[in-house]
Amino acid sequence: MGEFKVHRVRFFDYMPSAIRAVAFCRRTERLAAARADGSVEIFNFADNYFQEKVIPGRDGRAVEALCWVGRRLFSAGLDGEITEYDLENLRPRYSLEAYGGPVWTISSNKQGTLLAAGCEDGTVKMFEILEDRIQFQRNLDRQKGRIVSLSWHPSGAQIAAGMMDMIRIFDTETGHASHRLLVERGAGASKTQEVVVWSVAFLSDSTIISGDSAGKVQIWDGFTGTLVRTHLVTKWDVLVLSVSPDESSVIAGTSEGTVTQFQFISSAVEPLPGSDRQWVRTRTFKNHSHDVRALVHTDTAVVSGGMDTQLVVRPLLDKVEKNTQESALRKITFPHKNLVSCAKKAGLLLFQFPDHLEVWRLGDSDGNGKPGDILPVKRKPEKLIQLNRKGDDQICCSALSPCGGWLAYSTVCGVRLYRLQLDNNNICINKVSKVPKELCSAQQLCFSSDSSRFFASSSQSSVVVVGLQQLEWRHLQTLRPKSGSREPVNLLAPSEDGRWLVTANTDCEIHVFDLQKLKLHCSLPVYASCPTAVSVHPTSGCLVSVHADRQILEFSLEQKEYTEWSRKLQQQGLHPLWLQRDTPVTAVTFDPRNPAHIILHDAFMFCVIDQTLPLPDAKTNLYNQLVLRSLPPAERSRNGHAFKICKSFQNLLSVALLEDRSLVVVERPLQDIAARLPAPVRQKKFAT
Amino acid sequence: MVEHRDVRVVYRGGSRINFREPVISNDSRFLLCAAGEFVKVFSTVTEECVHELRGHTDQVTGVLLRPSNHLQVYSCSADGTIRLWDFTDGILIKTYVVGYPIFSIYASPNHNDVVFVVTCVQNDKRAEMFQLVAVRLPRCADQRVDVPDLSAVLSDVSSNPAAVAFGRAGGFLASVKGLQMEIYFFKTSKSSRFFLKEDNKKGGRNTFTCVACHPKDDCVATGHEDGKIRLWRNFNHKKEYTYSILHWHHSAVSAVRFTPEGTNLLSGGVESVLVQWRYNQESQKDFLPRLGAAITHLAVSPDGALFCTSHSDNKITIIQSCVRVSAVIQGLVKGENVRTDLMVDPRSKALVLNGKPGHLQFYSLQRDKLLFNLDVVQQEFIHQSGLEQFQVVRAALDASGSWLATVEERKRDAADLELNLKLWRFDEQTQSFELNTTVAAPHEARITAACFDQAASSRTSTLVTSSRDGRFKAWRLAAPAHTDGDGPSWSCDFVGAYHGLVPGRCCFSADGSLLAVAFREVATVWSAASWELLTTLSQPPGDIRDLCFGRMSGSKYLLGTNENKMLLCWNLLSCSLEWSTSMDVRLLLPDPLSENMAAFCFQDGSTDLFVFGPGEPRPLFSQKAVCSGSVTRAVFAPREAELESCEESSQWLNRSQLYFLTQFMDLLTFSTRAEEEKLMAANKQLVIDDAVAMTPFHLLLGKHRRPEAASGLSAERTPPPHGSPAIKELLQAPAHVLPAASFLCSAFVKSLLVSAAGSSEESRPPEEETESEKEEEESDEETRTRISRPDQESRGARGGREAGGPALTKAQLRELRRIRKLDLGWLAGLMEP
Repeated sequence: MGEFKVHRVRFFDYMPSAIRAVAFCRRTERLAAARADGSVEIFNFADNYFQEKVIPGRDGRAVEALCWVGRRLFSAGLDGEITEYDLENLRPRYSLEAYGGPVWTISSNKQGTLLAAGCEDGTVKMFEILEDRIQFQRNLDRQKGRIVSLSWHPSGAQIAAGMMDMIRIFDTETGHASHRLLVERGAGASKTQEVVVWSVAFLSDSTIISGDSAGKVQIWDGFTGTLVRTHLVTKWDVLVLSVSPDESSVIAGTSEGTVTQFQFISSAVEPLPGSDRQWVRTRTFKNHSHDVRALVHTDTAVVSGGMDTQLVVRPLLDKVEKNTQESALRKITFPHKNLVSCAKKAGLLLFQFPDHLEVWRLGDSDGNGKPGDILPVKRKPEKLIQLNRKGDDQICCSALSPCGGWLAYSTVCGVRLYRLQLDNNNICINKVSKVPKELCSAQQLCFSSDSSRFFASSSQSSVVVVGLQQLEWRHLQTLRPKSGSREPVNLLAPSEDGRWLVTANTDCEIHVFDLQKLKLHCSLPVYASCPTAVSVHPTSGCLVSVHADRQILEFSLEQKEYTEWSRKLQQQGLHPLWLQRDTPVTAVTFDPRNPAHIILHDAFMFCVIDQTLPLPDAKTNLYNQLVLRSLPPAERSRNGHAFKICKSFQNLLSVALLEDRSLVVVERPLQDIAARLPAPVRQKKFAT
Repeated sequence: MVEHRDVRVVYRGGSRINFREPVISNDSRFLLCAAGEFVKVFSTVTEECVHELRGHTDQVTGVLLRPSNHLQVYSCSADGTIRLWDFTDGILIKTYVVGYPIFSIYASPNHNDVVFVVTCVQNDKRAEMFQLVAVRLPRCADQRVDVPDLSAVLSDVSSNPAAVAFGRAGGFLASVKGLQMEIYFFKTSKSSRFFLKEDNKKGGRNTFTCVACHPKDDCVATGHEDGKIRLWRNFNHKKEYTYSILHWHHSAVSAVRFTPEGTNLLSGGVESVLVQWRYNQESQKDFLPRLGAAITHLAVSPDGALFCTSHSDNKITIIQSCVRVSAVIQGLVKGENVRTDLMVDPRSKALVLNGKPGHLQFYSLQRDKLLFNLDVVQQEFIHQSGLEQFQVVRAALDASGSWLATVEERKRDAADLELNLKLWRFDEQTQSFELNTTVAAPHEARITAACFDQAASSRTSTLVTSSRDGRFKAWRLAAPAHTDGDGPSWSCDFVGAYHGLVPGRCCFSADGSLLAVAFREVATVWSAASWELLTTLSQPPGDIRDLCFGRMSGSKYLLGTNENKMLLCWNLLSCSLEWSTSMDVRLLLPDPLSENMAAFCFQDGSTDLFVFGPGEPRPLFSQKAVCSGSVTRAVFAPREAELESCEESSQWLNRSQLYFLTQFMDLLTFSTRAEEEKLMAANKQLVIDDAVAMTPFHLLLGKHRRPEAASGLSAERTPPPHGSPAIKELLQAPAHVLPAASFLCSAFVKSLLVSAAGSSEESRPPEEETESEKEEEESDEETRTRISRPDQESRGARGGREAGGPALTKAQLRELRRIRKLDLGWLAGLMEP
């Protein structure tokens, strides 16, 4: 393994936002998660929980509820609007004012024809879902008090609405309320406070399950409107409920950070036909430190998110095979894309926040030491620029040119380019005006290695190439792949020698453009899993792509075929432990001095793959660096294998190799994130 | 040496009643529990032992109500038999011989004539394995039946009886062991197994400790090492089983039990709190705290009205509907070791030893009952591992039993020893010991011995304590220096030392004139009056282990044992060694009522007993291998009645009884044949008096009867109010035909009075009175073995009194006449004496 001087960067105080709502589309196996800052993330559960898309939020638009209707995604928030998202261009398609004050919840019927919205003014508003928009249809009977939660009966004939102190059941044909279920208030001091029915679930056997702010999960008979059973789950609030698709299990998320499962179980081991089954509280999962605000019960797992910003996928062990990759608990904390760009030549770092950008200069040291030593810092890292965005829309992508002279960012409204001049202590930043009209918005931005060109991905997987000159930019060409995919580009990678530009989109396509001829060079065979990192080797001209299922492919751009090494790797297969790692590889770089080395990293390790060494088979120890260090040098080479994994850096956001062969490692310790969260609800702990 | 067959070692009292789960009878009136080789039947109301079911020849390991007949009970024992008893009459009905040691017994109402027992399988070379075996009990008329067919149901079960439970209607069987739970379905003869991980990241230890099944639902509750309770459901699916966790206990759950209707789940553990969980409403729970000691077993009566908990301090608590402790049956409290000697309280004849932490217990051996606990330390005991508490390490009683000295110590480390000497005075009025003097730090190091001057004289006695600090101190009761109105208190009278050596044992001679103190190898004799060193007795090398004076005719001898396995006897008149013999005597003690000495010798892993007179080294009695391991403590307890044994070998037991504690904290004693015969005879005459129905009238009578029984003065009961049929009639007759209540009342009440007590106003001939007193004395002696009065005798007593014929007063006569006029002839019976 090559030895590097490492810049261990911990001053990127990236802070993810709390998860407000999640919605799961069973058909496409996509999970949409809305965060408190209004951004919406789409995860592909079929493809290793990869975060495919991020729709940036906008100030003043807080998402309170999410709803999938087929492949369409709707959201509603306290700004009183219902929004449909354009998942191809990663932006809201349109917003519709509901005219009922803040919207607390939306829910669509199973048939996908109607969307019901619960409003602050006590109305349930029905919207008809049309081909390209939604249209207001009618109001159900207006009630006193806000509608906090809604749930459709699977037949679509009834809808249950959770309100303050009660649950109402409406007939959707007539719009009249057919039942009023009074929910008991909490005991003691909270007796005077109204109880909020945070969540209801209407099952096909007309059972209604409610979770409320008094900490109860109650089971009601929907025919008679009577209470069947009360489970006191917590001293605080039950915030959210979710029903499994087969309606045999219900989970409830609480303010204590726990998720409680209830199962519909027959009391006898050998159930007689028609024997009584009842809802029994069974398991409790505690994976969160704060409120669980968002919860989904998929077929095999419990997906929960909340104030502590993590999305947790907890597989139900009775539904999956034990001791497989599927049965492992996953916590998704960091975005699956780069928020850091590094100017390799200038030693600058650009950090992207939703509302501003920061440019930092790395520190310096002239000390020498043994491997493992901490060198004294001669010059401290300093923050050069903080650039606040213009407008209400959040920054969706940003880039810093390798020379450090250009900086660009994009929101859903447009792209901005700045010229940076740093001589000694003089910092000068100028906006480059006259945006080419082809550049309306971009999902990905990057600069060529000589900083003469600027690439921005655009709609339908096209890439806009812009030439840069002193304080001026000029549209050169728009590159389009032949496949005609409408999916957005999620990766852009120009080659070091300036010859190639590689794009990858969420349809799993990888296209290579020849930058000299400004046309498509080739398209790679489509692999089943989405690429998470692509890069072109600076000397050999090979394209290395890493996919969400952690497969590594190497494609020779000259021969337009997979290389020998890649075929060998596919034949032999990757090490099972490598395949079981639960965060995707987010960057691939190369070491110019060692052409055979590929450097890649995920959130918990970085790895140098030496293509000259033998590949590990399933029985060898994958994480062998510590063992190797204890061996004499002669033995070391015999026992080594291609994957050299370093786990000494944790919670990695970025790893980049500078021109001077020093490694920049950007870490964001989870404790720092946890320290910035608000205090959790007070819980009595034993022996305190 | 000749083995004396007519003296044998027996368990007599003080057995563990918390060894196995107790059983409550169907009508909640009796509680049955295994106690040593017996099964004891207690009344749940009065806490008294009603019967002892005797017959097993080894430890009883399980008691179980017979599912098909709730008046019968099975018991199993390590002697390899299952016995069926009628527990209301205390009759052995049948004995089934299984042939293997049995560790626990289970049954379910759906398996007729089959019981399930856990036996031990000896795997070749491997550790012991336990298996659950179905035993089909053959139907035949014989008293003793060999059981032919055993069929193994589950192999590798836990020997802990709480680890197996029958499910709803006997349909399945749940067994837990280690980290595995196995559920065996009888219908399909298949079992499913569930495993838990050894421990999770949070440090929970998942090992199963106990199991219980819901009576109505298919739900299994298991307790775990880390204090969690899991409720398992859906366990017929290999994969889709599910469980919920209840967590209140902070350390291992030792017992879980469902109530008969399945509405509640009870659990208990080391916290000594009974927790009651509502089934399906588990967030609601009730607690019954401060039960005194860790809960080891739980039982629920079949009607659900009574719960009972066994505790680690050998106690059974009966609880009414989880709110109120209604009765406590306390056995002999056994800690890890007895730091004080065994003593006998001269007043109550009770055995005195360490009880609960920081307490002294007074245990009546005759009645096999704990009399009371004396809180010596008077500090709250906190259950926490690694916490040093004050412990009572020495106690001594003076000859009359009016003074008690206790030494308590707490040791954090060697340099930091806390010592307290407390002197307690027996208060006649409250009938308990009251603290008189507390001496903080009486010595600078640990106290090795404390003894009172045993002279039975009226003057106050002297207490001597010896300590590792090289001194012994004599303490005397002295009047206070300034008269504040306080009574006299104890103060140090003399401090003695001998060449800076560490004193060991000390003892007073029988008349209290001499004090012998052992200083390592030297026995010193001091005058108790002047505290003069009279003589020193040296001897063959070896530190002195035990020292005691001879009694009665042997009072000129001082006996001692030393580390070099020597038993020595000095003649105090000649101040020379009279004789010595080589014996590894661990314990030497004199019989206070005779001149005999008992010596326990440890040899080859077991203990031998020699009884000898001090004059010569010739044993009066010897028994080899009294018990395995060494005997740590022993005491001679005086008998209430002298035995008239003429056999030479058992004569030494005539006046007192020798009790000893083994290494394993078993209290054993020696019993002679004559004694056993007497006991057997008494057993046959047992009369059940608990059969009286609970009526308001019974309450009246019962109250009247109880103090009489408790006083022990006259166990003889007054004849029931003479016309009990008349009273019955009185109570049954409609109220409107009766004379006014005020009229009947005084006559009725008087009829209830004990005639002897009422004699003050009755003019009785004096000789008759003395006669009846004599009778009472006689009956007192006869009822000492705690049996109800035999029939003939009561008749005799009544006859005696009838002969006396108390004269009626004038008023009574007038009343009688009026009653006659009313033609209530049956009332005459009431008025009859």
